[in-house]
Amino acid sequence: MAQRGVAGPEIERLIQLLSRLPGLGPRSARRAALHLVKKKETVLAPLAQAMGEAADKVRVCSVCGNIDTADPCMICTDPRRDGSTIIVIEDVADLWAMERAGVLNAKYHVLGGTLSPLDGVGPDDLTIDRLVARVAAGGVSEVILAMNATVDGETTAHFITDRLAGQGVKISRLAAGVPVGGELDYLDEGTLAAALKSRRPF
Amino acid sequence: MNWSDEGIILGSRRHGESSLIVELMTAAHGRHLGLVKGARRSQERAALQPGNTVSATWRARLDEHLGNYTIEPVRVRAAALMDGAAGLYALQVMAGLLRLVPERDPHPALYRRLAHTVEHLAEAGLAGALVVQFELELLRELGFGLDLDSCAATGVSADLIYVSPKSGRAVSRKAGTPFCDRLLALPAFLTTSDEVPAPPEILAGFRLTEFFLRRHVLDPRGLALPPARENFIALLGRAPVAA
Repeated sequence: MAQRGVAGPEIERLIQLLSRLPGLGPRSARRAALHLVKKKETVLAPLAQAMGEAADKVRVCSVCGNIDTADPCMICTDPRRDGSTIIVIEDVADLWAMERAGVLNAKYHVLGGTLSPLDGVGPDDLTIDRLVARVAAGGVSEVILAMNATVDGETTAHFITDRLAGQGVKISRLAAGVPVGGELDYLDEGTLAAALKSRRPF
Repeated sequence: MNWSDEGIILGSRRHGESSLIVELMTAAHGRHLGLVKGARRSQERAALQPGNTVSATWRARLDEHLGNYTIEPVRVRAAALMDGAAGLYALQVMAGLLRLVPERDPHPALYRRLAHTVEHLAEAGLAGALVVQFELELLRELGFGLDLDSCAATGVSADLIYVSPKSGRAVSRKAGTPFCDRLLALPAFLTTSDEVPAPPEILAGFRLTEFFLRRHVLDPRGLALPPARENFIALLGRAPVAA
């Protein structure tokens, strides 16, 4: 039996679109929609305006692949950033995570994924050529490969290393091991082995 | 529908917020996909990396459904593989080639070959030879096996050093020498030697399998070889191979 709508088609459509967002199912989308329409002036209207502006202005940076409202993005045009170091990450979400850490004041390169036979993602589907061109253009002394610690991520890292061979840049990768707050008893064998291999003087 | 089997993880992709669709090459059920719920948030993620051997139970209401996997690690080797490029490239090559095999079509011989190969992926020289043999097994399973036991012209089983590109059969030195420019080289490790072959031998093996893979399997379907294969071969060609 078809489910009866509880509101007009505009609100039903709002619920339907909200339910497509990550972390929201039909029930939580319904709650979010109800909250929005109840607070029309203070939440719904400003949200709609912000979303409209973002939809108009958002674009992908032609230099690094970041998502911003300007091209080149704010990170690429920031003169305080060290352009001699490029951190290579898989996705924009990873860039945001690195920025949250705020450890390095470097520039980034977003690959757009990893090599993945299951998803049919090959080297041409990633921005590896653009990275090689950035490095070849000069001014880069180190490339930090900050891919996820997965088999696909590591394969992509090795592929990039092969492509950058002979460019005269230092290539490094993130360390693997015990996470902050991690208890050894709960770690898998692979992580423990990686941690032991990368041990350092104390 | 419900079965349990041993399998090797070929790959996985995200599904929704927290789940993964995992692709396994199983011993009795062929290449088979299934959903692992909540896998992205759990400790299971490390066990679900390609190259690991797992014990899998698949459940679905109907046989044609994607179904759900419950997976227990049996042999976790992904972390060791991630130490070097050769093992990772080899794994990608085999995973890519296994996708030429129809889904859910049992290939126990191919599974055994895969299981033997992934066990030695950390040994670059041996891995190269084993991947060539895996490709030969794949050709055999797809119905295009090469006959490397005896000479196509004379029937002898000694001194086989060529392969006929037409018939896919071995040719002896004596019978093949007059036509050597038209024949493919047959490296010794594919017929007689049990030793770890030298890089030139392995590269000859890859040229041999590439010729028949392209002709019989890839070109008719408009497909290309896995990109990692080129990198793997280049790596074998320039790395000193340990015996």
